[in-house]
Formats: sequence, structure tokens, C-alpha cells
Amino acid sequence: MYYEGDMMTTNVAETMAKTHKAISIAEFFEKNKHLLGYENLQKSLLTVVREGVDNSLDACEEARILPDVYVELQKGTTGDNKFKVIIEDNGPGIVKANIPKIFGKLLYGSKFHRLRQSRGQQGIGISAAVLYGQLTTGKSAKIYSRINDGKTHIYELHVDIQTNEPSVVGEDTVYGSGHGTRIELNVKGRYVKGKQSIYEYIQETAIMNPFAKIVFVDPEGEKFEFPRAVEELPREPREIKPHASGIEFGTLLRMMKNSKARIISGFLATEFSRISSEKAKELCVLANIDPKVSTTSLTRDEAEALHDQMQKAKLQNPPMDCLSPITAKPIEEGLKKELAPEFVTAVSRSANVYSGNPFLVEVGIAYGGNLDQDGSVHLMRYANKVPLLYEQSACAITKSVIQTDWRRYKLSQSGGSLPVGPVAITIHFASVWVPYTSEGKEAIASYPVIIKEIKLAIQEAARRMGVYLSRKRRANEVEERKAIFRRYVGELAGALHGLTGKDEEKIATQMSELIEEKLKTMVLVEEPEDSGHDAEDLKDVDNEIPDEDNGEKEDGE
Amino acid sequence: MMKIDAQSGKEIALRLEALGNDVLADIELKKNPSLSILTRSLNNVYFDEDQGLIRLGDKKQSRNYINLNQAKKFMQTLLVAKQIKWLLDQQKPALSIRQLYYTLKHSIPGSKENTFDTQDESDPLIEDVEVMVDALREELKLIATPKGVLAGPMVVLDQTGDTLDFSKMGSAGGAVPPSVEENTFKIKECSADFILVIEKFAVWNLLNQGKYWKDANCMIMTGKGQPARAERRLLHRMQKELNIPIYVFTDMDPWGYYIYSVYKQGSINLAFFSEKAGAPKARYLGFSTGDVKQFDVPRSAYIKLKDIDYKRIKEIEAYDWFKSKGWKDEFAAMKQFGYKVEQDSLVAKSIEFTAKEYLPTKIENKQFIN
Repeated sequence: MYYEGDMMTTNVAETMAKTHKAISIAEFFEKNKHLLGYENLQKSLLTVVREGVDNSLDACEEARILPDVYVELQKGTTGDNKFKVIIEDNGPGIVKANIPKIFGKLLYGSKFHRLRQSRGQQGIGISAAVLYGQLTTGKSAKIYSRINDGKTHIYELHVDIQTNEPSVVGEDTVYGSGHGTRIELNVKGRYVKGKQSIYEYIQETAIMNPFAKIVFVDPEGEKFEFPRAVEELPREPREIKPHASGIEFGTLLRMMKNSKARIISGFLATEFSRISSEKAKELCVLANIDPKVSTTSLTRDEAEALHDQMQKAKLQNPPMDCLSPITAKPIEEGLKKELAPEFVTAVSRSANVYSGNPFLVEVGIAYGGNLDQDGSVHLMRYANKVPLLYEQSACAITKSVIQTDWRRYKLSQSGGSLPVGPVAITIHFASVWVPYTSEGKEAIASYPVIIKEIKLAIQEAARRMGVYLSRKRRANEVEERKAIFRRYVGELAGALHGLTGKDEEKIATQMSELIEEKLKTMVLVEEPEDSGHDAEDLKDVDNEIPDEDNGEKEDGE
Repeated sequence: MMKIDAQSGKEIALRLEALGNDVLADIELKKNPSLSILTRSLNNVYFDEDQGLIRLGDKKQSRNYINLNQAKKFMQTLLVAKQIKWLLDQQKPALSIRQLYYTLKHSIPGSKENTFDTQDESDPLIEDVEVMVDALREELKLIATPKGVLAGPMVVLDQTGDTLDFSKMGSAGGAVPPSVEENTFKIKECSADFILVIEKFAVWNLLNQGKYWKDANCMIMTGKGQPARAERRLLHRMQKELNIPIYVFTDMDPWGYYIYSVYKQGSINLAFFSEKAGAPKARYLGFSTGDVKQFDVPRSAYIKLKDIDYKRIKEIEAYDWFKSKGWKDEFAAMKQFGYKVEQDSLVAKSIEFTAKEYLPTKIENKQFIN
């Protein structure tokens, strides 16, 4: 029995071995498109638009061009739920040779290995959109690119699912001036309004990217313009080397393997930020490694010891110029132009580090105006200037907002929920690497230091709002009080006319003048000489009258 | 009669006009418009032992317009004053204080607020105006609804021109009218030897049915519990004009004692009215703790004193006008006894007991609490 069983296992394994074969990345994602944001028709359409707009904004910012982005959705002619998505920008364009790979090959891109803040991170986005389009409609993507050379390069292409290589079906070059990129994709999707809609995504983008002008034409042909509010781009992020603290062991090994440095101390000093050659030697000594040993001859144990020391080392924080904050003023301008609130404030914190990655938090708060008076505040979350529309409750930003005691800032809030009031809150998390909770890239992971930074930013902005609100409340109270004095002028003038026979209108005018003069000097705290003892005495009179003369009160019963 | 009325009305109208002019002067001088009003609370009331009256002190409070707590009340006070002047000027018939409230209540133009929301807001302001122009409500053409009735050998010339003979009022007796001023209710003749004021109508009614007033040659009057202003004012006038003894007969409980004191010395809230409404010569006839034994009131008529009674005794004991030895003893006796007795309960002895035994004995023997 035993022997037989062993034989059988061997046979099955051999049979199975015949079916094993390499899976192309494209093929993998065809089966797992939900991981990239294509889990249902509504979200898929949004993801396509988002990938296109993110790419456009990244390209413009990198080329230091104030972005003009045009987004159009056309209802497809071939049945329901089909859309033609057009996204066009005034970016630098793409050189002809690179067009097929950028749009027709997954995981091809410039952003993955680079440590600087950008919207896209993995080089999957736009080619996945192309793939999604071809899978749902069978149609290729059409790309127009102009790079200021007097030509427009046009490609029609899709992804070869077997090989993950671009498959070009048409190619043309025509006359064209200026620069920019236009992509046309036919995709299956569902267009909605309101929450988690494309409109919401574009408006939220417009708020926190106030340096961009965005035009959106919806499937009904209605055109929405989101004007530019500031004429200056955010600081250009500088690329940095990785920081030693928080680096994964595997990453360290890979870096060692790929490094051009020959000796280990040289490797540390050139591949990492904030490690001088002195510090590199020190780390090697601490890890009991000869600083001059070759990177290739390092044993696994030695590498682990070195990794250990790198984590323990007190190193300067990584340089922060890899980040590109929006900064307070533009955030305020963005909120103003889109929401027209009565009060706006923004806070841009200085950078901090989680797991070796620099990050910073920015918070904008808008109050009043046309904002919804009832219901929870409108919370808008952003990672590297991109709105996050899904998985709100899993996000570190939402948790931080909920954990803040908003009652201190004059908003009502019941435990464990968002505050209530006519308030919009934008919270921007910027980092060279955004720690998402899942592949969906919709929620930021709750590292304690991240929560702490977000809360500090919220508190500072909320405090300013609280000050504004209490001032406003007090001003309202004063106005209400003043209104009381003004309200009775007519009655008083009538009564005084009845008593004295003097001209009623003249009395009213004099009364009004007197009141305005008195109110000018009236401060927030009530005038003590009037409201103090006299008022008390009067109350006494009314309260202390014993109910003895009941006879009178029986009048009219 | 009407002539006198018009003249005193004119005088009061002038005072009201002066009050308005004072406020206008404030306005012209850009001063906070203010009214100065005598304080009508317990802390501005004192007992004038010489006169035997509760009187209002001279503490004043000012009511200002530019004061959040007072603005509306200031406006309301002037509205009340204006309306009273209008009543006087137009020689309108007197209104009840509820009717006055209705003539003043309206929504303020440009707001959802009313000048007055309840009668409770206007009633105390009428008293304020009374003290400001030193005139009685009756003189201000305002009336409180009286409840009193009286019977006895008295003839009165009413303001209607009718002559009222209170010995010929039948079983209902004659009603005390709202205005009992000399010019509205002139006492032409009265042959009574004394006046008996009775707390309760039921007791008065029994005495009237039996024509007690004829046998005893007296006036009998009741204010049906707490007297309204008219009954008090009338008693005051009778004391002054007839100069005959006044006896007060109430329940044997702190509430009854207090009704006696309101007739006699006046009330705290209307302290300014005491001088014109008090009857300091009134004497307390009963019912008293001493009477219980003396007249052998059956045990079944005893009612146990409750906490609220003890509390009221304590309050009354503290009033200066209840500090005589007679009253101190009475309070002590009552607390020791632990019961109260209603004046009605004497019928338990016999229907005629009050008229034939109790009252004649008490008056004959001059058994009063002073």
C-alpha cells in the first residue's frame, strides 16, 4: 500500500509539472483586475479617468508646465455601458519611440525605482487602463503625442496579453504644433453622479491641484470648467537615495547586488542618504565586518548583522526636498475657488519620517458658504495630490479626524464618528512612498507617526477655525442684542407719542440715533452698570411677590 | 360726580405725560432712557406701627432701555402707561386688567415677537405705573373683578345714579362693584353698629339667610377668600366714614389669619395701596384656638395640621404685624394643638350656632386677638 501510494504521488506530480508554465504579467492582471481598481463598472470608469489625469498632471509638473487638462466622456455607439474616454494635456508629450511601451506594456515606467513624490508609483496605471479597455470593448487605444517638433505622432495599440509587449495596430505622423498628449480609450463602465463619481474626483483634484486648469465634459455633453487658482507649480521634488532606517532586508540584498560600488563601506556611502563614508565604516565595524570587504563576498549572516546596525544607527532624517507640498496658500485658494466658503485655513506641516520614508501632511479646512449645513463634514483624502474616494473608514486620515475632539473647535461630534457641520476638510498625505493598506491604493496605513502628524495638522487648522467660529458667534450675539434695541423703537415712539403728543417720527429718529450711538461703544461684555444690580433687583420683584392677592389674578377666568 | 372723576383723571393724565416727557428728555440728552420705580418686594416693605399699616419703603430701581434684560420691559411699561392715558383722555369705561392686556397685545412690526405674550407680563407693569404716578388702579380706569357681597342697613348712591339699599338685597346680598370710590359708590347712610367681615361665602350666606345682620344691627361682608382690591377699599372707607368697629371672622388656620391681616394692615405686594385700603382698626374675632374649648367644638371638626400649614405659620410669625403677644400665643397654641378648624364646622353644633351663640358671645365678651 505504501509503495503504491508513493508511486501515485510521483505520477500526479509529473502530470502536474506538464501543466506548469510562466504567466505573463498582463495575463495575471487580466484575471486580477480588481487589484488595480477595476472591480466594478462604476469604479473601473473612474480608474481609467484617474490614471489618465494623474499621468497628465505628473507629466506637466515634472516638465514645470502649468497643467491644462481636458477630460471628455462620450457615450459609446455600440450598446450600453460603453464609453469613449478622452484625456488630453498640455504636458511635454512623449518621444515617439517610448509611446508603445508606456501605453502597451505593464510595469514599464520611470517612477517605480525612483524616490521622489509623484502621483503614480508603479508604472502600471495607464497601460492597465489600455488593457482594461481592450478586454471590455475589444478596441485599441489611440495616443496622440506632440513634443514641440512640429509633428503629432499617432499610435493605435493594445497590450499583447501573452508577452506583455505593446501590439501596434496603427501608426501615423501628421502635422502638429506645441506639446501635449492625448489618449482615447474605449472602455466599459457606468457613469454616476454624486458620491465616488468622476465629477467628485475631478473637483477634489481641482481643489488640491489649484495650479491646474481642468475641463470636464460629461457623457451628456455638459461642460464643467475648474479654473486655475494659482499660477505657480508646487516645488519640484528632488530624487533622493533610500534611507537606512526602515529598509527591508531583501531590498538591502538586492541593492547590494545591483550596486556599482565594490566595497561594502563604499556601497553604504553612495547608495543611501545620510550615510557619510565615516558613518559607513562605523556601521561595518559595529557589524563586525571589514569595511573593505567586497559587496559580493558578504555572507548572509554578515549582511543581516549590517542590516541590524543600520536599523539601530542614529542617522539624520532623509532630505525632505524629495517632497512637493502644495503649501497652505494654494490649498486655501483651491478651497475658495471650488467651494466659496466663508472661512478657509490651511496648514502645511514640516516633513517627518515613517520607516525611513519622508512624508508630510497638509490640512485645509473650509467653513460655511454653500457647504451643507446638516450632516457630517465633507472629508477629502489625498495621497500625493490624488483624491482617495474609496475605503474611507480604513484610512489613517479618517481615523485621525475621528480621534480629534472637534467639540473643542465648536463643531458637534458624537463619539467615534466624523464631526457635523458645514465644513469641508482636505487632508493631503505626501510621501516618496505612500503606504497603502491594500493594492486598491485607496486607504493610507495607520503608522502611529503618520496618525500623530495628521492629528497635529488637523488640530492647528481646526484651532483657527474654532477661533473664527467663536468670534463669529460672539459677533452674532452682539448683533442679536443690538437687534433687540432696534426692534422696539417703533413701539416706544408710539407709546411716547401717546403720552406726550410729540411727533412720533421725530421720536423714532432720535431714539434710533441714540441706540446706534450707544451700540457703537457697546462691547461684547454687557455694560455692567445696567445689567448688574438693577436687573437682579427687578428679578427679585417679579419672583418674590407672594401669591397672596389672588383676587386680582382671577380676573377673566 | 363725573366732574370730580374727570378732574382727578386729568391730573393723572398730566402725571403720565410728565413721565413720557422725562423719558424724552433722556433721549434728547442722549442718555440711556430710564424709569425710576419704587421697589415692590419684601425688602422694600416695612410695618408702620403707628399707623398699623404695611407700607412701601423708598427704595427705587431704575429700568433702562439700553439694557438687554430690561429693554422689552421698558417698552412694555411705556405701552401700559400710554394705554392708561388713552383710557383717561378718551373717558372710556374702565377696563379689566385682562382687557387692557388684549388692547396692548400685538405683533411688533418687522418681527415675529409680540408686545406681550401673557397677562402675567402686563399685570405687574400696571402696579409699576400705579406707583410711578402715585394713583390707584381704580383711578387709572382699570378694574380687578371683585367677588365680594354685603348686606346690612346701608344705603349707597351708585355712579349709575341708582340708589342701593343693602338691607333689601334679598338672599344674594349686594355685590361690591369694581369701583368703590366716593364718586362712584357714595355711602349715604348706615345705621349699623359694627361690620363683620367673613372669610367664606357659605358662612356669610347662612348668616344672611337668617338675617343675622338685622338682629345684630351690623353689616356683613365677605370677600370670598382672599379679598380683591374693591372689598379692601370699601372696608377702608367704611372704617373711615362710619367709625364703627370691624370684626374679622375666618378659619382657624394660618391662611385665615393672613386674610385678616390683608384686610387690616394690607399686603406686601400692594404695600403702596395699604394707606388707601387698610382697616387698622379691624379686630380678629375668630376662629381661634381658645374658641375650640370654649365652644366645645366636636373632635370630628379637627383637621390635622400639615407640613405646608406649619411652614405658613412660620412665615406669618416672622411678619412684624404678627408679633404682638396675642398672636405669639395663638401661634404657639395652634402648634401645640396640632389641628386647624374651619369656620363652617360650627354647624356641627347646630345650624344657628354661629348666629345665636358664637358671634354674640365673642362680641359681647370682646374676645379678640390683637
